[in-house]
Amino acid sequence: MAEAIVFWTLAVLILGLGIMVISARSAVHSVLFLVVNFLLVAVLYVMLNAEFVAVIQVLVYAGGIVVLYLFVVMLVSLKKAPERYADPRRVAWTGTLLAGAVLLEVVAIVVASSGGGEPAATEGALGAADTPFAECGAGPLVSCNTEQLGWVLYTSYLIPFEVASMLLLVAMIGAIVLAKRHL
Amino acid sequence: MESIWLIPLLPGIGAAINGLVGIRFFGKRLAGVLASFMMGWALWLSFWAFVELLGTEERFHQVTVASWIPPIPLDTVDGVGSFTVDWSFTLDPLSAMMALIVTGIGFLIHIYSIGYIEHEPRGGVARFFCYLNLFCFFMLTLVLGSNFLVMFVGWEGVGLCSYLLIGYWYHKQSASDAGKKAFIVNRIGDWGFVLGVFLVFFTFGTLDFRAVAEAASQMPVETAAVGFGVISAICLLLFIGATGKSAQIPLYVWLPDAMEGPTPVSALIHAATMVTAGVYMVCRNAVLFTHAPMVMEIVAVIGVLTALVAATIGLVQTDIKRVLAYSTVSQLGYMFLATGVGAFGAAAFHLMTHAFFKALLFLGSGAVIHGMNEEQDMRRMGGLRQYMPITALTMAIGAVAIAGIPPLSGFFSKDEILFRTFLHHGVFVPDRVLWGLGVVTAMLTAFYMFRLINMTFFGAYRGPAWGHGAEEPGHDDAGHGDDHGAGHGHAWHGPHEASRWMTIPLVVLAVGAFFAGFVGVPIAFEAVWPWTATIEHFLHPSFVAQGAHAVEEAHHMSLLGEFGLMGLSVLVALGGIWFAYRNYVERPEAAERLAESLAGPHRVLTNKYYVDELYDATVVRGTMGSAGGLWTVDQRVVDGAVNGTGWTTIAASWVSHILDKYVVDGLVNLTAWICGEASYVFRRAQTGLIQNYAFVTLLGVFAFVTWFLVAR
Amino acid sequence: MLEITPLHYSLLSAALFMIGVIGVLVRRNVIIIFMSIELILNAVNINLIALSDQLQDLAGQVFVVFVIAVAAAEAAVGLGIIIAFYRNKETVNIDEIQIMRW
Repeated sequence: MAEAIVFWTLAVLILGLGIMVISARSAVHSVLFLVVNFLLVAVLYVMLNAEFVAVIQVLVYAGGIVVLYLFVVMLVSLKKAPERYADPRRVAWTGTLLAGAVLLEVVAIVVASSGGGEPAATEGALGAADTPFAECGAGPLVSCNTEQLGWVLYTSYLIPFEVASMLLLVAMIGAIVLAKRHL
Repeated sequence: MESIWLIPLLPGIGAAINGLVGIRFFGKRLAGVLASFMMGWALWLSFWAFVELLGTEERFHQVTVASWIPPIPLDTVDGVGSFTVDWSFTLDPLSAMMALIVTGIGFLIHIYSIGYIEHEPRGGVARFFCYLNLFCFFMLTLVLGSNFLVMFVGWEGVGLCSYLLIGYWYHKQSASDAGKKAFIVNRIGDWGFVLGVFLVFFTFGTLDFRAVAEAASQMPVETAAVGFGVISAICLLLFIGATGKSAQIPLYVWLPDAMEGPTPVSALIHAATMVTAGVYMVCRNAVLFTHAPMVMEIVAVIGVLTALVAATIGLVQTDIKRVLAYSTVSQLGYMFLATGVGAFGAAAFHLMTHAFFKALLFLGSGAVIHGMNEEQDMRRMGGLRQYMPITALTMAIGAVAIAGIPPLSGFFSKDEILFRTFLHHGVFVPDRVLWGLGVVTAMLTAFYMFRLINMTFFGAYRGPAWGHGAEEPGHDDAGHGDDHGAGHGHAWHGPHEASRWMTIPLVVLAVGAFFAGFVGVPIAFEAVWPWTATIEHFLHPSFVAQGAHAVEEAHHMSLLGEFGLMGLSVLVALGGIWFAYRNYVERPEAAERLAESLAGPHRVLTNKYYVDELYDATVVRGTMGSAGGLWTVDQRVVDGAVNGTGWTTIAASWVSHILDKYVVDGLVNLTAWICGEASYVFRRAQTGLIQNYAFVTLLGVFAFVTWFLVAR
Repeated sequence: MLEITPLHYSLLSAALFMIGVIGVLVRRNVIIIFMSIELILNAVNINLIALSDQLQDLAGQVFVVFVIAVAAAEAAVGLGIIIAFYRNKETVNIDEIQIMRW
């Protein structure tokens, strides 16, 4: 019962803030709505027993990326608002309608599949899981989840993890090259 | 003797210095002295080489300086031969004698030229001495070369120098024409010579004189019974070359015209050295020629005919140098007569004595011309002996020598030739005929030479007046003897003696012309003169093959007969001299009366038998006509074809251009246009707006999701 | 309605995703378009976490970690491009960025 109340509250807020992000006139406002949105999503992660990812969400998204956006918005001091100029060939509103249609179809699919969707089907899938949730008899839940994720990341997903680190390094260098005025 | 290759090289170096540096920088005197010094040095070397040669037993020495053509395998008559040519030089009696003549006479003429040429502009003097030295370089190469090809280098080189020197005054039309004439006529002879050399190599597989002589001596003599063989062909071709270079019938026409050159050139080239190259070449190949008696006969006949014809033309010429030129042709005819009857030694002997007295006569005539302010016509001279006594005396010695009066040099050499001709038994020609023609020529020679002397130095002065026109000729000759150097360009002070540069060579040559004959005293004088026929014994090794000691021909003649022949030739010569004296000194009008009474023959002789006209009408006109015809063909047919090809190409390329422009380009442009038009629709989709592309992506998602919804 | 199943998370995720798509399609400010992309990524992340929880499989969470890493890289490079572009063109209007058209 409590879970339902929290979920619905969060869902409404997340969607509402999302709409605010894409409809705010000022870019600064958009960024601020986005921060709140990300924090609420982090709460949603905690509800779903993903404490480590929730922390990462707060640190990286809300703390890092959004600050980056804020800086860029400050740097780009627009003399002319972008919305003043619109190319006549663009198909913006048709896109909105189409997106709504796709959403409706997806909802229809989800609702239709939930009718006969028994958890039994998911039970079979559980056994096939490569990296199942371990038993966490002792200690707090948070540390348990973080420890498991650490194990998985540094064993099964070691090479993708290193590749991701390389990607970040390349992105860092690329960002410096692009943003610097004279190399 | 090891350094005989230096003998040609020294004048060559002199020519290079004078030609490269001298024309721009040297003074007149320096250029002359340098050239003369080089010649003197070469003379010194030749003299010592000669002395050393006398000391050797073998009388033969060959020096190879460098390899010219490395061995090339070639097919010859008897298998594969190897064509190899070295820069090698031979010293044997014949070449030693020739080298001495060339360097000795050449040295004197160089000295003489210093005085003769001093009125030329400065650069011209250096050019002149450059040519002279270059000529000596080539002549000595010709003489000393020990194979046909080295000889050919000299052979062509002297032809080139002859052309350059005849045309020395190139701004004069007649001089440059004469140069070209000499060059072209010599080319005809060289054609024969080159073919002969080819045939020599093809037959013997070598070009070395000595090897060829040895190989030829092993082959049978091609008498009339044997027939006309390969040696005869070689000899005939070589003789064609000799007729060109040595001015024999039918190629003698260039020599008289060559008198357009400066007089020292006439003396050096056209009397003493270059024209003897043909005689030298025949003597050098004596072994070959003795194996071809029929060709020998031809040589003898051509020689005696040339001697006679040239002598008759010389009778009526009035240009002092032309008389000497025809005299040269005539004397060369004697030399070929001698070679033709097998008397190679006599030919070489006459070559030597002739070099002395003809160089002397030419240089003397040069002094006369110089003193007469470039006047060459003997009719405008006369009585000059009082103005130029040294010239008159030395020229008289030369004239006596050429006429054949003992004991001067010409007597011994010419009498030897006539004697040997008398003894000769011909193949086709009856005996004594050649001898008879030779004797007649001897008389004519004496006549025209003394006609020249008499018209020039005796009688009354007939030349132009000088000074202020009021003075009598001969009035103040004493005062003119020493201001000859004052230049002729502005004022002429009457006939005068030449400078010492010119008279000293004259005197030296006169001494030579006087005494040179004593090296070849006939054997008949054995009782009173112990050294008989020295030069013939000396030269004999050069005329026989190595090892093959052919017996010297015995003289089948009694002493009385021999002395009788000598007396006859002396009488004949004296008769000619007397006739000349009577007609040109005692009664000068007699000659004109004689000419009038014999108007027809006189005109023929004056016009030189119309030979030049004949050549002009046949060879020159023929060549010009055929050239014109070919030119017309070239212009009409070949040029037409070429132009036609050109027009065809232009027209075809125009058509091709049109095709390219409208058809090919049209196709290409059409393709491009179709592509452009066809892509219009698709181009519209490329708006460049990212959001439109994103919209299309979303459209794809919508389609996929819709399909998913419907399909399940 | 009261029991919260993964289905609800999926629907939330789909709705958030479409909000992001609409933002990408409608807005002309490039920075806001980038933020919309971040929204889309978040929608995906919610889905991954929810299914990870339902299937008891940690792979979903590992995926989310990678997505966040890639998002960070994308944000850094993309914003660098915006800065460079703005420096040259004095604009961040996506309609004016069309030099790649024919």
